[in-house]
Amino acid sequence: MHFIVCIKQVPDTTEVRIDPATNTLVREGVPSIINPFDENAIEAALQLREKHGGKVTVITMGPPQAEQALREALAMGADEAILISDRAFAGSDTLATSYTLARAINKIGDYDLVLCGKQAFDGDTAQVGPGLAEHLGIPQVTYAIDAQIVDGRLRVKRLLESYFEVVETPLPALITCVKQMNEPRHAGLRGVMKARKAQIPTWTAQDIEADVERCGLTGSPTNVIRVFPPQRHRAGEKLEGDVEQVVQTLISKLREAKVL
Amino acid sequence: MAINIYIDPDKCVGCKLCLGACPYGAIVVEEGKARFTEACVLCGACVSSCKFGAIIWEQPKKEEVDTSQYQGVWVIAETHDGRLAEVTLELLGEGRKLADTLDEPLSLLLLGNGVEPLASVAGHYGADRVYLVEDEVLAHYRTAPFTDVAVGLINKYKPSIVLIGATSMGRDLGPRIAARIGAGLTADCTGLEIDPQERLLRQTRPAFGGNIMATILCRHARPQMATVRPKVMKKLDPDPGRQVEIVREQVSLNEKTIVTKIVEIVREEGDEQVNLQDAEIIVSGGRGLRAAENFALIRELADVLGAAVGASRATVDAGWIPAYHQVGQTGKTVQPKLYIACGISGAVQHLAGMSSSDCIVAINSDPNAPIFDVATYGIVGDLFEVVPALTKALKREFGQQ
Repeated sequence: MHFIVCIKQVPDTTEVRIDPATNTLVREGVPSIINPFDENAIEAALQLREKHGGKVTVITMGPPQAEQALREALAMGADEAILISDRAFAGSDTLATSYTLARAINKIGDYDLVLCGKQAFDGDTAQVGPGLAEHLGIPQVTYAIDAQIVDGRLRVKRLLESYFEVVETPLPALITCVKQMNEPRHAGLRGVMKARKAQIPTWTAQDIEADVERCGLTGSPTNVIRVFPPQRHRAGEKLEGDVEQVVQTLISKLREAKVL
Repeated sequence: MAINIYIDPDKCVGCKLCLGACPYGAIVVEEGKARFTEACVLCGACVSSCKFGAIIWEQPKKEEVDTSQYQGVWVIAETHDGRLAEVTLELLGEGRKLADTLDEPLSLLLLGNGVEPLASVAGHYGADRVYLVEDEVLAHYRTAPFTDVAVGLINKYKPSIVLIGATSMGRDLGPRIAARIGAGLTADCTGLEIDPQERLLRQTRPAFGGNIMATILCRHARPQMATVRPKVMKKLDPDPGRQVEIVREQVSLNEKTIVTKIVEIVREEGDEQVNLQDAEIIVSGGRGLRAAENFALIRELADVLGAAVGASRATVDAGWIPAYHQVGQTGKTVQPKLYIACGISGAVQHLAGMSSSDCIVAINSDPNAPIFDVATYGIVGDLFEVVPALTKALKREFGQQ
């Protein structure tokens, strides 16, 4: 079985800065990590490989330094990694990103399951997984908390608003993974050594035969026109005194504020 | 050029696989080759059914879209147990405002089985028109048939704006539709307005765990699509006198061609409200509860308030409570009127999921806990004393009414 995991390198911080000139996020100087949900996707792929055999290929679309995220995935135990990188991909929204990833996966060719994280920690959109499945023309199962392959079919437990839904679908398919799915393993020393030596090919727009009109900023129907800090709650009020008194004060404050 | 679909005669082998996949019966096979009839609404459902790559689906280049052809505001309905979801009602309220500003109609796209009675409800909450599609295949939400039907109707009627709840359904469906038709989609919006000059939809959303806000425009592609966070927009007071036009759409869906099957629905507990994103009030418990059974304190307080029960990641990881209660960046993002955090220290990831709540009450024994930085009202104290006292006082309070 061939498992393809799509990962994204994200800044390891919730401290973000905005460049006032360009209205874009300044990512320089901020350490980068694999998007946490994507680590769950890698772990899920590794577990499925352990059970069913085959290989795990990890891909990412990003700038040259995103190669580091691929090496971390290799260190966890992935077999192969491919960096999809080209100036033409810069400024991609979720539509352009999912198109580009689909071109890369079509170039890889044979696969059984594509795994993505539920969403990226920076953009929080959760749109690339379903968009990618659409471009590939395969079924998607989002919010996977458990995924098994039973008699050649995919069986997934989905974490929904107030219950779990178990669905079955044929392969190839795509799943997006939630945090509660598993505990991603740490890379062992052998894995780290192997990852350090691994050759990671870079595929450009030309390599994946992408229509550059559909990539990057040009291929992105959405444009960010303004970025600004959110309104923060004003400094809170501490209620003090004995328990009965505090509780009464709280209730009357909530009544005044009309939240009760 | 709009979306275009055609069959490559060199690749088509006349196998008829696409016939079953078409919800509109718009493909015929003649002389060993498939051909689209006039009934084709460009839904794209057939594309992935072809094993030979013979169905070619071309998206328009963005500067080629004639945006003036697109008019009207649509909301895609979400239903649960025969009722319209709260977020759908909220979107009708917000959609009404947008439609009035544009002086265009507001429509609800209602897919399901036996859902016709909901059309008039949609009217009471602001819809001018309901596009109704009923079929057994649509009884429960599944990605493929909902996408096929929605795309077909979007291509047929060309709305300018399409709004969907940013729920697990909307965030599954929205990107699938957008990718098929090449539309721009903005996720999890918390603010929508019409730009007065350009008549475009300005979509505002949080990113980076709520640390920044971004306003997004979609100038060229249509429709302008957004998923919208529950509990942010206001539903209208229902007006039972308001009439709605119902447009019933016929589709021929076939269960045999839908590859994804729902095998089982698993609920792990009784009747308590766990749909956090629909809740007006949430009472959440954290590590400070010390043990699974102490969630009983949280549930009692939640019961009195008619609130949903939330949880921090630590308690879910410890197995004290099922994962769908989890609030935070790796759980659910919620924005209730009142959020009561009990024994939650307030890690950045938790705050990302709840700090935009209207009013936050924090109960924690550590006066330096970061939860107090976002709390409207903070109580430094032992939750095992404060929570039961609050429950008791509220019972008394409500009992007097």
